[in-house]
Amino acid sequence: MDLKIPTMAELAAEGKEPEILFWVGCAGSFDERAQKITRDICKILQHVGISYAVLGTEESCTGDPAKRAGNEFLFQMMAMNNIAVLDGYNIKKIVTGCPHCFNTIKNEYPGLGGNYEVIHHSQLIQQLIDEGKLKAEGGESFKGKKITFHDPCYLGRGNSVYEAPRAALEILDAELVEMKRCRSSGLCCGAGGGQMFKEPEAGRKDINIERIEDVIESKAQVVASACPFCMTMLTDGVKHQNKEQEIKVLDIAEITVRANGL
Amino acid sequence: MIAQAIFIIILGAAIYLFTKNAGKIRRNILLGKDVDRTDQPALRWKTMAKVALGQSKMVKRPVAAVMHFFIYVGFIIINLEVLEIMIDGVFGSHRVFSAPLGNLYGLLIGSFEVLALLVLIACVVFLCRRNIVRLKRFSGTEMTQWPKSDANYILCIEILLMTAFLTMNAADYKLQLLHFEHYVKAGSFPVSSFIAPILPGGARALIMLERGCWWFHIIGILAFLNYLPYSKHFHILLAFPNVYYSNLNPKGKFTNMASVTNEVKAMLDPSFVPENTGEPARFGVKDVTDLTWKNLMEAYTCTECGRCTSVCPANITGKLLSPRKIMMDTRDRITEVGNNLDKHGKDYDDAKTLLDNYITREELWACTSCNACVEACPVNINPLEIITEMRRYAVMEESQAPASLNNMFGNVENNGAPWKYSQADRLNWANNE
Repeated sequence: MDLKIPTMAELAAEGKEPEILFWVGCAGSFDERAQKITRDICKILQHVGISYAVLGTEESCTGDPAKRAGNEFLFQMMAMNNIAVLDGYNIKKIVTGCPHCFNTIKNEYPGLGGNYEVIHHSQLIQQLIDEGKLKAEGGESFKGKKITFHDPCYLGRGNSVYEAPRAALEILDAELVEMKRCRSSGLCCGAGGGQMFKEPEAGRKDINIERIEDVIESKAQVVASACPFCMTMLTDGVKHQNKEQEIKVLDIAEITVRANGL
Repeated sequence: MIAQAIFIIILGAAIYLFTKNAGKIRRNILLGKDVDRTDQPALRWKTMAKVALGQSKMVKRPVAAVMHFFIYVGFIIINLEVLEIMIDGVFGSHRVFSAPLGNLYGLLIGSFEVLALLVLIACVVFLCRRNIVRLKRFSGTEMTQWPKSDANYILCIEILLMTAFLTMNAADYKLQLLHFEHYVKAGSFPVSSFIAPILPGGARALIMLERGCWWFHIIGILAFLNYLPYSKHFHILLAFPNVYYSNLNPKGKFTNMASVTNEVKAMLDPSFVPENTGEPARFGVKDVTDLTWKNLMEAYTCTECGRCTSVCPANITGKLLSPRKIMMDTRDRITEVGNNLDKHGKDYDDAKTLLDNYITREELWACTSCNACVEACPVNINPLEIITEMRRYAVMEESQAPASLNNMFGNVENNGAPWKYSQADRLNWANNE
């Protein structure tokens, strides 16, 4: 697929407004693995023909990691600057590629004057499936494969989004298995609350190793997630257990793109 | 007459003492900062009906849920019996409800007996889980001697109270069969009729036993009432208001600090004049009085069940953090602050704080903010809010974040991303396939 990534600045110059803004997020912009998922989300958007744009170099961190780590000053500074940019482009609807950005813009920006309709890319995929615009055909077959879903905390417990990411997997004709700790009882990957950016405190083991043991126990060949931080933690965990051949860690957007051969 | 006088004195003293100690807890809770939790009353009542009254969050652990349900229903229903005991005690009557209620009375007493037996069984099962099976959930660094004893005392007291209740009924039942004096027939006594055969046959001994158990039961209940303010068992009272005043927002939503908003607005726009909010408050939480009254109510509501700690990813993997300890430390510290207030007056400073004297930095920084503890709590307690507020203090008042987090802050501030990448490169992903 020949990807064209429109930016808000370009559209504004042409006097156009897109239907939806794709908020890429820092991991999606800079982390090599997450960049691929970002491109896949764009492929999905382009495939179904939604008019969208990204902020590109005008996007900044939402302030989420600062807020969870206790730096409310920095968070509100980032938030107010971002709100000024978003409002400058008259943005009404946002889709994010990251549950942390999703949670922050959806729940914490309104109190600072930023009011938008915010969805996570799993909800977008579910919506497109429900509308019949997105299927699972013309690409890789997942038939008979065991797939499990790791609930990102800020999507699941944080915002009660449990079904949307599973909808993207249910369409695959694969065997969806649940880990013993799933949905509202799902175990964190270990990256939240600022942990992504620091060494863990002393303990018996790392949290992502504990989580990968759940994945192994479920006998899944694919562990799907919907968060760039979970992606990093799970991938590291699989590597640590030397299970790279047996277990693939994939974002639901990647799976959707593969299943549709985009 | 003498018995009635003694009863009234004991009852009055028990109620006075309980009101005094419960009032102290109320005072302690109100030492917290104000927060508005009165919006959406309809949803609040609904949440309370579901979570507190309906025990909806208990079912995740079915064995504990069923056993707890027996004790919970037993506690509520058997209180009807306590009402009768109170009236009998004050007016010197015997089973005052039996005549007006007729057949219904027998049915009620029968259901109380069945419940009493179920409570008894549940308490024995709970004691076994704590002391013989030794479930992991009931241990941990914060589960020192007192919390463990407290739990055992509660269960033993309940066993004694139920045993006295059933023995009293058994003696009464036997006296009814003897058609003795005022011991009128009052139902079939489905449980205690099985105990009756092992009791002595003489009327005098039976009366002694019946009266002895009656006094033991009611004095026991009044003593237990006065034990509550010193015990984790206080949850039977606070669970309901605590759930009513729950945080109704999505769990992922953290509070935006209004005091910070003012400063940030003034920084971004020099012409902005913030509203005067009076005394500049401390950013975040250093001691318990920086917390909200809701945080403090939660601390007194916690019954140390450990569901939070057992699902905490940090605790599971051996880190120091235990959400239950956060709540217990908060409760112990606010109790200490309250005691200091009573002993030394308002201006006394014991040079202790919740942060460092009770909760260490290592605990705070181990949290992943995953909300598993909040989700797990059967009465909607939120340890994460306390952790976050203390992080805010450490970061904004002391600049004492771990060095790697300070690096992250610097990157966010200067590059607009938590890593050291240039903002100009933010769209590079669009070009490299």
